[in-house]
Amino acid sequence: MTTEIKLPFDTGYITSFSKKMGEPEWLTNLRTEALKKAEQLPLPKADKTDISNWNFSNFSKHLVESEDISSLDELAEEIKSLVNLQEEEQSLYIQRNNRPSILKVSKEMQDQGVIFMDIFTAAREHGDLLRKYFMKDGVKVDEHKLTALHAALMNGGVFLYVPKNVQLAAPVQAIFIHDDVEANLFNHVLIVAEENSSVTYVENYISTVEESNGVFNLVTEVLAGPNSKVQYGAVDTIAKNTTVYVNRRGVTDNNARIEWALGMMNDGDTVSDNTTYLMGDGSSGDTKTVVIGRGEQTENFTTRVVHFGKHTDGHILKHGVMKDSATSIFNGIGKIEHGASKSNAQQESRVLMLSENARGDANPILLIDEDDVMAGHAASVGRVDPIQMFYLMSRGIPKKEAENLIIHGFLAPVVNELPIEGVKRQLIEVIERKIR
Amino acid sequence: MAGSTLTIKDLHVSVEGKEILKGVNLEIKGGEIHAIMGPNGTGKSTLAQAIMGHPKYEVTKGTVELDGQNVLEMEVDERARAGLFLAMQYPSEISGVTNADFLRTAINAHRGEGNEISLMKFIRQLDEKMEFLEMDPNMAQRYLNEGFSGGEKKRNEILQLMMLQPKIAILDEIDSGLDIDALKIVSKGINAMRGENFGCLIITHYQRLLNYITPDYVHVMMQGRIVKSGGPELAQRLEAEGYEELKKELGIVDETVEQEA
Repeated sequence: MTTEIKLPFDTGYITSFSKKMGEPEWLTNLRTEALKKAEQLPLPKADKTDISNWNFSNFSKHLVESEDISSLDELAEEIKSLVNLQEEEQSLYIQRNNRPSILKVSKEMQDQGVIFMDIFTAAREHGDLLRKYFMKDGVKVDEHKLTALHAALMNGGVFLYVPKNVQLAAPVQAIFIHDDVEANLFNHVLIVAEENSSVTYVENYISTVEESNGVFNLVTEVLAGPNSKVQYGAVDTIAKNTTVYVNRRGVTDNNARIEWALGMMNDGDTVSDNTTYLMGDGSSGDTKTVVIGRGEQTENFTTRVVHFGKHTDGHILKHGVMKDSATSIFNGIGKIEHGASKSNAQQESRVLMLSENARGDANPILLIDEDDVMAGHAASVGRVDPIQMFYLMSRGIPKKEAENLIIHGFLAPVVNELPIEGVKRQLIEVIERKIR
Repeated sequence: MAGSTLTIKDLHVSVEGKEILKGVNLEIKGGEIHAIMGPNGTGKSTLAQAIMGHPKYEVTKGTVELDGQNVLEMEVDERARAGLFLAMQYPSEISGVTNADFLRTAINAHRGEGNEISLMKFIRQLDEKMEFLEMDPNMAQRYLNEGFSGGEKKRNEILQLMMLQPKIAILDEIDSGLDIDALKIVSKGINAMRGENFGCLIITHYQRLLNYITPDYVHVMMQGRIVKSGGPELAQRLEAEGYEELKKELGIVDETVEQEA
């Protein structure tokens, strides 16, 4: 991957942007260093999908002007349906394109010293804390061109810090609205859960524009301290023709647990990397992913759990439905490093293709460097069974509806197991909309 | 009008290019119960699948009409909504779709948009029929036929029959693999459907089922045709003599469709 990619912004622009945002010097430096690296580093490898011609860096606007949203009542209907308008005590961040728009922090969170704010404010007000975690143990700047580009151009995001022993009952919610066709988003979500804490975070990337040729480069880092638990739910519904690189990374300390519940419902080309590093002994990671592909889109989903700690437990469950001419690769990787004894790596990937032109592939990979472990995988790729269709239709159910029943049924084993009720409900609605 | 009429005329059906049915004629009216008997491999199930429109079965000649409407031109779901029902010998398993959701979708498909059954009414009917068929109430929430035993699947077919109330039902070997208790329950379900608005074609190999459901007409199928028809006494005779006597009488050496007649 040596194709020369000309970056649209130079060091001078980055420096002045960082200064304008009032960022601490370390972050300005991190950005300018990252920009240099972005010029040299190769693109990431998306196994079995050629992304060398995808547009990750060719765009004109780093920032778009978006008007402020002064109250929840002003939100578009489809976004209103994602929030609880009645709830006074809630923790909710809404970002409109690049603009932090609404922030509500519950009294429960304030009283317990939880930090929840947009990433720019966090850089200004909690610079030292942010520095300790930002792109250090989670996603590193120099992994490849896109992580470097992300660091250089970060233009949105949120920081959530849960102090030691704080257990939050109510979920924390973030909504990233994409309502400007010229918007490009380099969004960074950083979640730090200190020792013995617990938190549920739910996010939406939602486009209200039908189509855009924007570039989205999204990075999440979840750092779970000893004995902490983080539930991370996401429903992505980014518009057609928008190129999306999304990297959601988790790192667990001893006995920590991270649960991912991801609904990957973008309509544009998407390359997704969801990796959990089980560093600490006795820690665990659980990933549940539901995908629907449609139209002409090409997608590549890598779900990876890497076991370093002893007695670590990793589960991957991923079901996808491909319609129309959509193409999707499901890579599942369970990796057990030497020394991670008594660990357990399990994965299951299933793809259902609904039309002649839809393509899907599931690649289960187990890389094991330790003897005393357990591991297993199941994968299947198939089309709708005509005999099942005959059975359903023989009861009077029209073809389209019979197909929908089979799709729901196919996704149900994942959807029903999603740990976050709100995400489950949202996802059922999105699935309904996408398969109609 | 008392009930519907299914009229099958000179029906020829092929599977993968091989002709299985070679001219079947049969008329089933509301209020009548017909039984088709015959050894394995004579085309009984082919008749059932072809009437319902199974994608593998190709009708090469003949007609099937329901109250004068051309069934063969209809899609499978249209046939069902027109009033046909097929209880399958091997019902499909559909993972992730509960029995209750499936049944409600099917009932609403029959009733049409804007006339959906209320949830309460549906549950009441379902509970009632499941109790009648002595089914475990949990089966409503289990995935459709997934992990059901052979007997449970057959009972579930009868449950669908009772919930959908078709005009004409075809029961394809509904008795196969059932023990005597299950056979009695399944028969009870079918007998409960009896009435002038319900016509039924029972396909079976054994006379056993007909001890519980008395047919009005009995037909014997061999070599892809109906070779003999009669009343319930024909089933009795076959029970007593087996198929061999009948073959001799009709001059048939090999009853299956493997051999050209």
